[in-house]
Amino acid sequence: MDAQTLTYIFVFLTFSLYIGIAIWSRAGSTNEFYVAGGGVHPIANGMATAADWMSAASFISMAGIIAFMGYDGTVYLMGWTGGYVILALLLAPYLRKFGEFTVPDFIGTRYYSSAARLVAVVSLIAISFTYIAGQMRGVGIVFSQFLDIPITWGVIVGMAVVFMYAVLGGMKGITYTQVAQYCVLIFAYLVPAIFISIMITGVPIPQLGLGADVLDGSGLSVLDKLDTTLVSLGFTPYTDGTKSTIDVFAITMALMIGTAGLPHVIVRFFTVPKVSDARRSAGYALLFIALLYTTAPAVGAFARLNFVDTVHDTPYTQVAAWFKSWEDIGLIGWQDKNGDGRIQYHPGNAFEGKPGFGEDRRADGSRRLTNALTDNRNEVYVDRDIMVLANPEIAALPAWVIALVAAGGLAAALSTAAGLLLVISTSVSHDIIKMTLARGLSDKKELLAARISAAVAIVIAGYFGIFPFGFVAQVVAFAFGLAAASLFPAILLGIFDKRMNTAGAIAGMVSGLAFTVYYIAYFKAVAPQLNSAEHWWFGISPEGIGMLGAALNFVVAYAVSRSTGKVPDHVLDLVEHIRIPKGVERPHEH
Amino acid sequence: MTGEENNNHAYWRANIRLMLVLLAIWFTVSFGFGILLVDWLNQFQFFGFKFGFWWAQQGSIYVFVILIFVYTARMKRIDREYGVSDDEGDA
Repeated sequence: MDAQTLTYIFVFLTFSLYIGIAIWSRAGSTNEFYVAGGGVHPIANGMATAADWMSAASFISMAGIIAFMGYDGTVYLMGWTGGYVILALLLAPYLRKFGEFTVPDFIGTRYYSSAARLVAVVSLIAISFTYIAGQMRGVGIVFSQFLDIPITWGVIVGMAVVFMYAVLGGMKGITYTQVAQYCVLIFAYLVPAIFISIMITGVPIPQLGLGADVLDGSGLSVLDKLDTTLVSLGFTPYTDGTKSTIDVFAITMALMIGTAGLPHVIVRFFTVPKVSDARRSAGYALLFIALLYTTAPAVGAFARLNFVDTVHDTPYTQVAAWFKSWEDIGLIGWQDKNGDGRIQYHPGNAFEGKPGFGEDRRADGSRRLTNALTDNRNEVYVDRDIMVLANPEIAALPAWVIALVAAGGLAAALSTAAGLLLVISTSVSHDIIKMTLARGLSDKKELLAARISAAVAIVIAGYFGIFPFGFVAQVVAFAFGLAAASLFPAILLGIFDKRMNTAGAIAGMVSGLAFTVYYIAYFKAVAPQLNSAEHWWFGISPEGIGMLGAALNFVVAYAVSRSTGKVPDHVLDLVEHIRIPKGVERPHEH
Repeated sequence: MTGEENNNHAYWRANIRLMLVLLAIWFTVSFGFGILLVDWLNQFQFFGFKFGFWWAQQGSIYVFVILIFVYTARMKRIDREYGVSDDEGDA
C-alpha cells in the first residue's frame, strides 16, 4: 500500500476513536462540561495536559525551528517546559483548592470585582484565539500534504471532529480524547526519531544519539559534524547561537511564565480530585511532555544533517523525490543562480520574500520563481514547518511511518484546538453570560449556552484556519507574551500577596497587556522594517517582550495596591483558605 | 492568633522555604547553565555534547521533571507534619 492510502486509513481510525470516546463520555452537567466532574486521575490528567499543551507548533514546527536555529532553539525547549515548574510550585495547587471552573472565576472572586473578571475574560479570549489560529493552520498543512485535500476542506473535516467531541463531551469528552491523542502523537513522534537515530548513529535512543558519533567513519559526533559542515558552508556553528544573551534570556522567561499563565493549561488542574493530585499531575504532565521535548533537539539536528547531505551540491535532476513534492506545494523553492544545474545551500535568503511561482517550469522540471534575487550564494528556500513532516521521507522510512506522522500531527493540532475552544466557550457561558449578564441562570441553560458558545468558537477558529496569518510557531509565540503580561501576575499576586486589591490587579493587567500588545504590534505591523536588535528596547525582541510586560504588571500592581483601599476580610479568609490543602471540595462521583 | 492560625502560618513558611530552594535550582540549571554560563561550560565535553549546550537542550528539562516530583513528595510530608493534608485518611 502507498503512503497516501495508509494515511487515509490511519486518519480514519484515529478520528473514529476520538468520536467514539466523545459519545461514550457525554457531559450531563456544567460541572462535567467545565471540569470533567473534577474526578480525573492525575496520570490521565497528566497525559491530557501534555496533549492539550503540545500543539501543532510543538509537533510540526519545533524540531524544524531547532534544526535551522541550532542553539537558539533552546528558547522553545526550556521555555515550553520550565513553565511547568512555575505552574506546579506557584499556581496549580492553589487554584485547585479554590475549586471553581475558570481562570476569570478566580480573578473575579479574589479581586471581588466583575471588572477584574471581564479584563481576565478579554485577555483569555485574545490569548486563546491567537493560539488557535496556529492549530488550524497545522491541520491544513497536514491534510494538504498527506491527503491531497485542499486546505479549506482539511480544516472543515478537523472542525467537524472537534465539534463532535468538544460540544458533546465538554471537558469530560476532551480529557479522555486527549489521553488517546497523547498516545497517538508521542508514538508518531518517537518511532521516526528512533529509526533516524539508528540510521545516523546506531544508537536507538535519540537523546543519546544526539551526542553519539556519526556512522560514516569520520569519527565525528553528530554535533561536531554539524558544526564543521555548517561552518564550511558559511553558517555559524550549530551549537552557537546568533541571538544575543539578553534576548535568549527574555524569550525563555516570557515563554515560561506565559506557559504558566495559559488558561487552557491552568484549567486542566481544576479537573483532578485533590490539591496533592494537582501537584502530582503537573509532574506527570511535564514527564510526558519531556519525552517529546528531549527528542525534538535530536530530530532537529538529524534533520539538518540529512538535509545538507541530500540537498547541497546535488544536481536538481537527481535530487530526492521529497524535495520535488514539497516544491510542488510551494514550501521549497530553488533558483539556480550560478547556472550549474546543482542545488547550492548557504546562509541568507536565496531571494526576496516568500517564493512566488510562475506558471511554467524550467527545462529540468523545477518551478520557475518570480522573486527578485539576492546577491548571496544560497539557492534554496525551505519552509521550517516541513522538517518533521518530511523527515520520514528524507530518511527513506517505510510508508506506514509517514502515515503515522500525519496522524500524530493531526492529534497534536486537534487536541490543543479542543482545549482552547473549551476555555473560550466556558468563559463566554460562565463568566460573561452566567456571572455577568444573567445571574441565576439554571444549570441546564448554562450548559446549553456553553455548547452554543463552543460551536460559535469552532466556526471562528475555522475561519482563521482557512485564512491564516503568519507561521504556526510565530503566531503561537505571541499568545505567550500576552499570557505572561496579563494573567500570570494577577493570579500569582492573588495567591502570594494578601494586600493585592482590585485596583492594583486591574491596573497591573491593563498596563501589562497594553504595553505588550503595543510593542508587538509596533514591530510586527506598524514598523516591521525597524524590527531588528538596534531598535528593540534593551535588545529584547517582540517574542521576549512578555518578560518586561509581566515586570511592568508586577510593578504597577504593587504601587497601585499600596496606595489604594484595603482588602476586605472575606477575601483575606479566601486567601488563607486556598493556601491550605485540607478541606478541598471533593469531586462528584460519575 | 489562634493555635490553628499559628500552625497554618508555620506551614506556609515551610512551603515558601521549600519553594524558594527548588526555584533557585530551576533558575540555576536553565537561565544559569543553559544561557548565562553556556559559553564557559561549552569548553567541557559531556557524552559527546558541549556541556553548556547539553544543559540548554537536554539537562535542564530532566531537572525540571525531577523538581516537580521532589516538590510533590516533600509537600506531602509537610502537609502531614502540620496536619493540613487533603488525604481523608490523615484528617
